[in-house]
Amino acid sequence: MLYLNIIVAGLLTGAVYGLMALGLSVIFGVIRVVNFAHGEMMVVGMYAAWLIASRTGLDPIAALPLVTAGLFLLGYALQRVLINRYIARPEHEQFLLLLAVATIITASLLMGFGPDARNVQLDYAYDSYQLGPLLLDKVRVLAAAGAVLGVAALWAFFKLTRTGKAIRACADNQTGAQVVGLDVKRLYAVTFGIGAACVGAAGCLMLLLIDVQPYIATDYTLLAFIIVILGGLGSMPGALLGGLLVGVSEALSGFVVDPSLKSAFSFALLILVLLVRPQGLLGRA
Amino acid sequence: MKHLVSRRAFGLGAAATGAVLAVEGRATRARAATPIRIGSLLPRSGFEALIGQGCQRSVEVAKKLLPEMGYSFEVIDADTESKPEVARTQAEKLIRDGAHILVGAFDSGQTFAIAQVAEQNGVPFVINIGSDPAITAQGYKFVFRNFPTSIMLGTNGLGRFNDLFKATGTSPKTAVLMHINDTFGQSMLKGINALMPKLNLPFQIVETIAYDPQAKDLSIEVAKAKAAHADIHMVVTRLNDAILMVREMVKQRYEPQGIISPGSPGMYQTQFLKVLGKYAEYAITNVPWLDPKQHFAHTFEAAFTKAYPGEVCDIDAGFTFEGIMICADAYKRAGSTKPEALVAALKATDIKDRVMLGGPIKFDEKGQNTNLPSACVQNRNGKPTVVLPADNAELKPVFPVPGWSKRS
Amino acid sequence: MRAGAALALPRRAALALALFVVAMLALPLVVNSYIVSVLVVILFASYFGQAWNIVTGFAGQLSLGHALYVGLGAYTAAALFTHWGVLPWIGMLAGVVVAGAAGALIAALSFRFRVGGVYFALLTIAFAEFTRILFDHFGWVGGASGLFLPVSSRAGADLLHLRGSPVMFYYLLLALTLGALTLTHHLLRRRIGYYWQAIREDEEAAQALGIDVFRYKVAAMALSAAMTSVGGAFLAFYENNLYPDTVFAIGRSIEIITAPIIGGLGTLFGPVLGAFVLTTLGEAMTSLSSGFELNGLKQWCYGAALLLIVALQPAGVWPWLRARLGIAEVRR
Repeated sequence: MLYLNIIVAGLLTGAVYGLMALGLSVIFGVIRVVNFAHGEMMVVGMYAAWLIASRTGLDPIAALPLVTAGLFLLGYALQRVLINRYIARPEHEQFLLLLAVATIITASLLMGFGPDARNVQLDYAYDSYQLGPLLLDKVRVLAAAGAVLGVAALWAFFKLTRTGKAIRACADNQTGAQVVGLDVKRLYAVTFGIGAACVGAAGCLMLLLIDVQPYIATDYTLLAFIIVILGGLGSMPGALLGGLLVGVSEALSGFVVDPSLKSAFSFALLILVLLVRPQGLLGRA
Repeated sequence: MKHLVSRRAFGLGAAATGAVLAVEGRATRARAATPIRIGSLLPRSGFEALIGQGCQRSVEVAKKLLPEMGYSFEVIDADTESKPEVARTQAEKLIRDGAHILVGAFDSGQTFAIAQVAEQNGVPFVINIGSDPAITAQGYKFVFRNFPTSIMLGTNGLGRFNDLFKATGTSPKTAVLMHINDTFGQSMLKGINALMPKLNLPFQIVETIAYDPQAKDLSIEVAKAKAAHADIHMVVTRLNDAILMVREMVKQRYEPQGIISPGSPGMYQTQFLKVLGKYAEYAITNVPWLDPKQHFAHTFEAAFTKAYPGEVCDIDAGFTFEGIMICADAYKRAGSTKPEALVAALKATDIKDRVMLGGPIKFDEKGQNTNLPSACVQNRNGKPTVVLPADNAELKPVFPVPGWSKRS
Repeated sequence: MRAGAALALPRRAALALALFVVAMLALPLVVNSYIVSVLVVILFASYFGQAWNIVTGFAGQLSLGHALYVGLGAYTAAALFTHWGVLPWIGMLAGVVVAGAAGALIAALSFRFRVGGVYFALLTIAFAEFTRILFDHFGWVGGASGLFLPVSSRAGADLLHLRGSPVMFYYLLLALTLGALTLTHHLLRRRIGYYWQAIREDEEAAQALGIDVFRYKVAAMALSAAMTSVGGAFLAFYENNLYPDTVFAIGRSIEIITAPIIGGLGTLFGPVLGAFVLTTLGEAMTSLSSGFELNGLKQWCYGAALLLIVALQPAGVWPWLRARLGIAEVRR
């Protein structure tokens, strides 16, 4: 019974991880830029949600639309102004560029907010739902629900809207897209904005689960990469699946083996997937 | 003939070099007889920034309070950026900038690097916070430590368990130990395992759970702990994980007789109390603390709380303050900034009016202050309060503690 | 300039190199110990950068987990010394074997399974992190509590046991850096160097020409790993304490690669120049921001400077400086 509780808790956390990784998958799948400042963007989203919550008392879930919009603009601007020139450049230059951006973001957050861990005090923070033998943490359930909705919304966007389809066209065949008259530059900027928006939304939800402080970003960048590789770069359901997998495997390995070896497990899993099936579980070869 | 280096490039290069040298040079210009210059090294940025900036607050209070008591000194502040290499180069820099004595640095790795620099340059170094026993076991002549080693923390901390049970007439039989899996956590664990059989404690540790310092989610670990059905929940934590852990305990409705730490940070820190509110109450940490019976402790605490309302004046604040005081006091007695004079004065340190619990500040032949007992500190009314030893206590201990739902 | 001709260096390059060597040899005699400690940091950075440059700059395989080899070299030499009194020079050789094998294994596994580009980079991170966590639980080397080397007086220069002052380490590291420079220079002019560059430029074409791409990529990784581990061993004896969370940290891997990229990836002198530029930049930022009492300002300035350099000179500072100084590129 304990196992069931643990697996469910892992799934709930994993859903939020999935939303976070989704942004990375979208950016890499379309623009083929490896966003090493991914974790930092999520932390910006978290601080934004915290700021809104502490000034207006608004729940992070309610603040989500605002934060998402803000991060979209940030991502759009970043791509247009800075990253656009580096799309065709070698990986190490992209890496260093985004590393510099990440350093600046983290330092700015430290200067602006200080090193204290910030969190939101929720009225329902300690509530839980009882479903038979299952004890479900209310906050986790809400966060997971938000994440799943976010993934669904994004999927709908790409499948059904014109811009979404245009972006997918760019990803499939950039030259062909240009030939049919698509403004590739603008679409790339929109894509980066969407990726940033995703991660901003994930940040709002993540703030429900953990406290934010300037230095947590690197762990999440790494986690996002693990998830995206597992699920398959460029595959949206893959990102969600990867997130769920990582959530559950961390939970189980922590329980069955030593909790301090949790991350080792995730990395071992990553190594295995990279060697055996590098395109990921749901990725296209 | 084409110049090897264009004149413009040469000019730029010379200007740049000149600028750098000027910045370095201004510090080494000869000075008239000055009061002692204390080089303070703390991790004010990087992942230990929270503690480092907290300790810095204490240094600021020391800068204002100690001169009123007749001490004459100057402090040069440096940031180790939570990295040992930076700690090393900054220590060298402080010495170049004229520091006669160094004090720092909270983190064991950084402190070790500074100790090597101090020893090499023949500059005395007072450790304000840093528990790794290896640092004072190297036979260094210039290193002094006014902070318990993790062995002392463990022994004194575990000893208080018996006092707690005696004072409250209880006798728990089992305990589960949850500890952070980093340098500090592992040394404490070693200490605890070695000391348990020797100290005649009434309980047995039935399960030991280690967790990753980077963990953002301790639900699994807490579930494991709950499943052990132990009487008490023993912890070795740092701040963020302590918060995560107690939150999980509340969510999972895990109510041991009490949460007790044999000597780790976290539960007495400002953030813990602020974030968890009523759920932070009654948590017990056995750790050196400010002595309620010492007049000077009250003076210091008053000055600290006045300058930084809302911040808990805790063990880190107290020891950081004492670190500066020890340096200033040594200079007062030595009457000179020469290293040999300072070292002799440090060896002879005997400060009775102090802030922390324990006898007068004195160092043994290895430079370690061995008289640093742990108090039993319980969170009461939002403030960590000394409840044992009874002679120094402000309140009586409460154990077993009320359940989560009964908190107001 | 007969020496120059023997090294097949154009005149200006030989002159510049000679000037550099003389300056570096003389520096510790004229500067204070703070500058020496900074120079030691620079030399470590330049040596690690040169080692990393082999696999990424020359052979074109991006490795983001080089801290792994630093750690393997450091821990092997340190543990053997602490437990069995093995001389650091022997321990270093053992470290070379361990790290070289690890590098070869990782490369072989990856390239056998056709993992390249970004995926390979992530694989290297995964191996480094996995090893870090493993060492946290590895009691014989101290686990997370750390491994401490017995410290003795640093007055003398005990070369045999690597116990001595920072100045001793300075000269050792200088020798290491110059050695690496010589080695890479020779390798580039041999067949293996040409093959590496061919693989970097266009792997498929190289394969089509009959180059055993797999073998040379693995060789690059193994050599790079082995060289890095030597630096790691020196690091252990310089710092005298090791913790898995600092030695194997991803932050260290990132630090290792920043200098050569800034200096000029794939060039001979780039990693050395990059190390000088970045470390001086860091110290300058620290001095500048120390008056401001704003924690984090230094890192902000550092990041901004990094951004500027990447934006303005993406190929690195050395190619730009080399052109300004009129030094011709070394004939490939």
